[in-house]
Formats: sequence, structure tokens, C-alpha cells
Amino acid sequence: MAIKNKKLNLKDKYQYLTRDMAWEPTYQKKEDIYPDERFEGIKITDWSQWEDPFRLTMDAYWKYQAEKEKKLYAIFDAFAQNNGHQNISDARYVNSLKLFLSGVSPLEYAAFQGYARVGRQFSGAGARVACQMQAIDELRHSQTQQHAMSHYNKHFNGLHDAAHQHDRIWFLSVPKSFFDDARSAGPFEFLTAISFSFEYVLTNLLFVPFMSGAAYNGDMATVTFGFSAQSDEARHMTLGLEVIKFILEQHEDNVPIIQRWIDKWFWRGFRLLSLVGMMMDYMLPNKVMSWAEAWEVYYEQNGGALFKDLERYGIRPPKYQDVANAAKNHVSHQAWSTFYQYSQATNFHTWMPEEEEMAWLSEKYPETFDKYYRARFEHWDKEHKEGRRFYNNTLPQLCQVCQIPVIFTEKDDPTVFSHRQIKHEGERYHFCSDGCCDIFKNEPEKYIQAWLPVHQIYQGNCGGADVATVVEKYYHINPGVDNMEYHGSPDHQRWLDIKGLKPLKSNSEKKSAA
Amino acid sequence: MSVNAISEYHAEPKDRVENFNGMQLLYVYWPKHLMFCAPFALLVAPDMTFGAFVDELLKPAVAGHPDSEKADFLNAQWLLNDEAFTPDPAATLIDNGIDHKSMLTVTTPGLEGIQGSAS
Amino acid sequence: MSQKVFIAFQDNDNARYLVDAVMQDNPEAEVQYQPAMIRIEAEKRLVINRETMEETLGREWDVQEMLIDVISIGGNVDEDDDHFILQWN
Repeated sequence: MAIKNKKLNLKDKYQYLTRDMAWEPTYQKKEDIYPDERFEGIKITDWSQWEDPFRLTMDAYWKYQAEKEKKLYAIFDAFAQNNGHQNISDARYVNSLKLFLSGVSPLEYAAFQGYARVGRQFSGAGARVACQMQAIDELRHSQTQQHAMSHYNKHFNGLHDAAHQHDRIWFLSVPKSFFDDARSAGPFEFLTAISFSFEYVLTNLLFVPFMSGAAYNGDMATVTFGFSAQSDEARHMTLGLEVIKFILEQHEDNVPIIQRWIDKWFWRGFRLLSLVGMMMDYMLPNKVMSWAEAWEVYYEQNGGALFKDLERYGIRPPKYQDVANAAKNHVSHQAWSTFYQYSQATNFHTWMPEEEEMAWLSEKYPETFDKYYRARFEHWDKEHKEGRRFYNNTLPQLCQVCQIPVIFTEKDDPTVFSHRQIKHEGERYHFCSDGCCDIFKNEPEKYIQAWLPVHQIYQGNCGGADVATVVEKYYHINPGVDNMEYHGSPDHQRWLDIKGLKPLKSNSEKKSAA
Repeated sequence: MSVNAISEYHAEPKDRVENFNGMQLLYVYWPKHLMFCAPFALLVAPDMTFGAFVDELLKPAVAGHPDSEKADFLNAQWLLNDEAFTPDPAATLIDNGIDHKSMLTVTTPGLEGIQGSAS
Repeated sequence: MSQKVFIAFQDNDNARYLVDAVMQDNPEAEVQYQPAMIRIEAEKRLVINRETMEETLGREWDVQEMLIDVISIGGNVDEDDDHFILQWN
């Protein structure tokens, strides 16, 4: 036992290697070194109260991260060497990865940039160290996701230019603008937005049931990067909760500011997750749980426990939580309808659910699916079989804040769009909901500058006057190859070849086949 | 409220009518026909007549819907920016009071979408 | 209202021992098996003790080793050399 006593305990080690590495400045004023710490109105009286429950120090961080990476890349190698893509449930599944690579992985990179920036802006050493580790984590997530999916890029279409597409494709402005909004805010709002509202309250919905779904669909590479990333998230989530408690405990004036940010970022995150709802209900051929079930476990149950815990600080659950809870039975169907009809402008394929999938949707959504969505889907299916696959030939109205088309319906009447409109300084603005409209009213100057893809196309800023040109030249989507209906696509043909166990001769042939 | 920023914050609206090369934006919502997933965003000439807008833009936009052939848009119920509105088919959009980024809502009584599902 | 804390692990060999240890120390907890993952939830409080883990594993175990296999958590975290606790107040 004598030897064991020589080892520093966790608390002391954390103190020595984190707080004690910082110093008090002598010839510069603290306010000049950390100039962005005060303008948001958040009052911090004592940074030493900052708690890092994991007490992770840099040496332990590198040790555990290295171990995670070794495990992860061994699995990537095994997956590639064993042609793992041939063992997935169905090639339709790969389309969720195309969406992930162009919609989510760039957000990991944006998070890396965000944490690297705010890590510089806090005068508390504990906060700086936590942000530094998270910045490195986020960079790792972006890289491992791209590495995992590069195998699919050898065998399927649409994964060739995700970074370029993230900045241009109409629906990718939804995740992009979400993070741009957070990154252009002050350091405390950024932490409330990303560490708390997104990481703590909402990312479980993306990384836990969806990744479990990836496993259920035979995608060993994706479930592994997903869970490996999520093992970092457990730390991020803890940071997110500690951040909020720390700020709330510092000064009572912080409470209304934090509440407004929680309201805003819950709503923005909820809207963003519409994409994930659709991935779970429509893009996983083997289903683990429905979006509504995931929402119940990871938001209603876990979020409920969380906000009950925060009551003692004077924090209430997010505004419009009731609207979000009611929407769990609608958003995935509304989002899939949207992507189905605008699939001529997506970097992935869409399709109508098969009969047994429709039955699963009816069972999981007994109140809504048959009543509001089944007739639409059966009509489209019939049209397709008769040679008239439906595409919407006009562009949709977008919400000025979340940038999603105005596709959502009223909480009390799912047959009516929840469109809102206001006039601000003589200009008209349109929104998908009260939630987004409130966010605009709080900071109109921020959102009047929104780069709305539909309006940009009409202004002539996207490389062409017609959708076909924009899609091909500006988005770098190969028409008829990367986009539109799945059935009959080159991906579909390739999958049939794989399942027919017809070996392909060369790499170049893999992609040019069919 | 306004943006809380490190310095004076000034921004210009990105979608002023001047940026649309003489055209303007018009949104159209056909209730009970949610098969079209969102209201349409159309680029229109302000001096286009309302009748031409219905024939040349609206009808092609909704042509994919089984109700479209039965829809009599010129005799339907219209809202302009959420207020009751009686369009004059011979007058231009702008003379009908339809300015940049206006929203038209057109209800066609009796047409309830695919199998009455509001789709 | 019920206030559940939870922890989710990757369903791998390490996790088997973790689940064994957790169930010894938290007999009222519920274990849910989902594809590739194991989720354990409990009302208000869940504790993982180093000592129990070391007995289960038959070797020394650092509480921070858990970071490799954990997928997600819900609840306030309290960690030191001897235990990892999740709880709601």
C-alpha cells in the first residue's frame, strides 16, 4: 500500500495539473487579457467554484483517447478488409450516412473551432482546460467520421464532396446556420447553446438510438465511430450541466439571461433534430425504436429529470416544450415528405416506405400516421409505379431563423402549417413557428442577414437560373446518379449486384457500374 | 431587443427587393394540400397580372396534385398577408397590393386533399 | 414525477463486468439491452464503486477507465478515486 500512497489522488492531481498551471497576471489587466468575458451580461464572481467532475488531466486524456483511437481504427480496418458494406441491411441505409457526412460531420468541425475560440476567452483555468479538451475531441470526431465513411465512398455515390456541399446545399444551411448562430454569439451563450442545450439536452437523440440503429443495420464502422465519439460526449454532457449550474450559482442576474438562451437553443436544437427523426423512422431499414419513442426517453424522461433538478435555480423547462412534445408524432413524416419531393436537389436518394414499413409506422404512430400521412405516401407510391414519380417543381418558403422550409403544422391542428409572419423595419419576414419568430424578435439584426438558399438562388447567386444547373454546378451533385429516387438508381443496381454475389473487378468499376 | 455585441452591431437585410433584379418574391399557400410540403416561394415580375400569375405560375406549381384540375383559383377564397383579399385578375400584382415577400393563401372549398387527408 | 439517472455502455467485454458491478451495488437499477449498447437506469441515484469493480474484474481498476466504454449519462456526476456517482437532487 505504501507504493499506492505515492500516487496523487484524483483531486490533487487535477489541482496541480490544471488550476496550478495558471497564474495571476501582473503587468496586464485581466479585463484586457479576456476582453470578451463581460459583454453578454453574465456575472462571474469566483472562477475557482468551477467544477470538473471528471477531473480529467491532460496526461490521462491522451492515455484514454489513444486507447479509444486504437480500438476504433482496428475496427475500421477490419470493416474495410472484410467488405463490411456488403453486410449492411440494405443499401438504402447508406443514404443516412450521406446525410450524416454532409450535415453532421462538418458540425463537429465547427464545434472544434467554437471550443478553440471560447477556450481562449474565459479567465478561469478550469473552463479553459475543459474547452481545450473538448476542442480536440470535436476535431477527432470530424476526422473519425470522415475516415469511417470513406469506405462507403468507394462503393456508393453521393459521398464525394461533403465539405463543399455543407456550405451550399439548401437543406444543409439548416445545420450550418445553427452552428454559425452559436459560434457568432458570445462565449457564455456558446456554452449554453452547445454544451448544455445541444450536448446535454439533445445529442443523445442523435448519437444513442441512431447509432444503436446503425449496429442493427450491420454497419460496424458507423456504430463504432458513433459510440467512440459518444464516449467523449459523456464528458461534454457533464461539462454542459456543470457550466449551467456554475453560471446560475454565480449571480442571480444570470438566471433570466440563461433562461432566454435555454429557450432559444432548445427550440433551435429541436428543429435541427427533425433531420434525425427522419433518419430513424425512414432511413434505417431495420428499426430499433421510433423517433417518438426516442423523444420520450431522451427528452421527456431525461430532460424532465434535468429541468426538475434545475428548478432550484429558478430555471423552468424550455418555452414551447409542449409544442415540441406534441410534434414528436409528426416531424419525421413531415421531414421525409419534404426530402422525398425535393430529392432532385439532395445528395442522397429517397423512396417511399415498403408495405411492412408503413405498417410499422402505423403501429408506432397510431394517432397520426394513418390519419395524416398514409394517403399521401400511398398516392406517391402509386404515382411512382405508374411512371410519374412525384417531384415538387417549385421552391419552398423557408423559415428566416431555422431555415427549414415552412413544413411544420399547428400543435392543435396538424392540417394547418404553423406559418408566422411579421414586418420589421419595412421588410416582411416569415417563420415556421412561434419559437423561431420569438428568436427573431429578440435579435432581429442577426437574422435579417440570413443566407436563405431559396432566396439566394432567386437572386442569381448560386451559379444558375434553374434548379438543374444549381444542383449540378453549384452543389456538385451528379444528376440522376447521386440524387432522386433510390429505386433504379446506380446505388440500387450496385446493391442488387452485390447481393447477387457478382464480384466487381476493379475500384473504378465499383463506382461506374450500372 | 437587439444583439448584444462586443462593438456596435449593424446589419443589412439580405433579401431586399433591390437584390432580385427587378423581380420580387411571392409565397403561396394552398391549405388542405399539404402534399406540397411548404408554401411555394415564387419569383414574380411585379407588373405581371394576377390572372397571368394564376395561369403561368400557380397552376403549373400545383399540377402534380389530383385536386388541381378541380381547383377554380380565380373564384376561390384568398388571403393576402393573413387578411381577406379579393384579387383583380386584370390588374398587376403590385396594383393588387402584393408587394415583395407577400404571402397569399388560397382556400378552395370542397377540396380536402388526397382522400380528404388534407394532403 | 420520476427522476431517472442513467448510464449507457458499449455492449462489449468490459461492459459485462461494469454491469455486474453496478447491479451488485444498485440492485434496484434496471438494465436495458439494445443493439450494441447496454443502458442502466435508476431512480435518482446510481453508484459505481471501484472496490466492487476490482473484485468483479480480479484486478486493479481506475475509475477513469470507464471513460473508454461509456456512451452517455444523465444526472449530476460526482467522481473521485473510489466511486462514480450519478444523481439528481
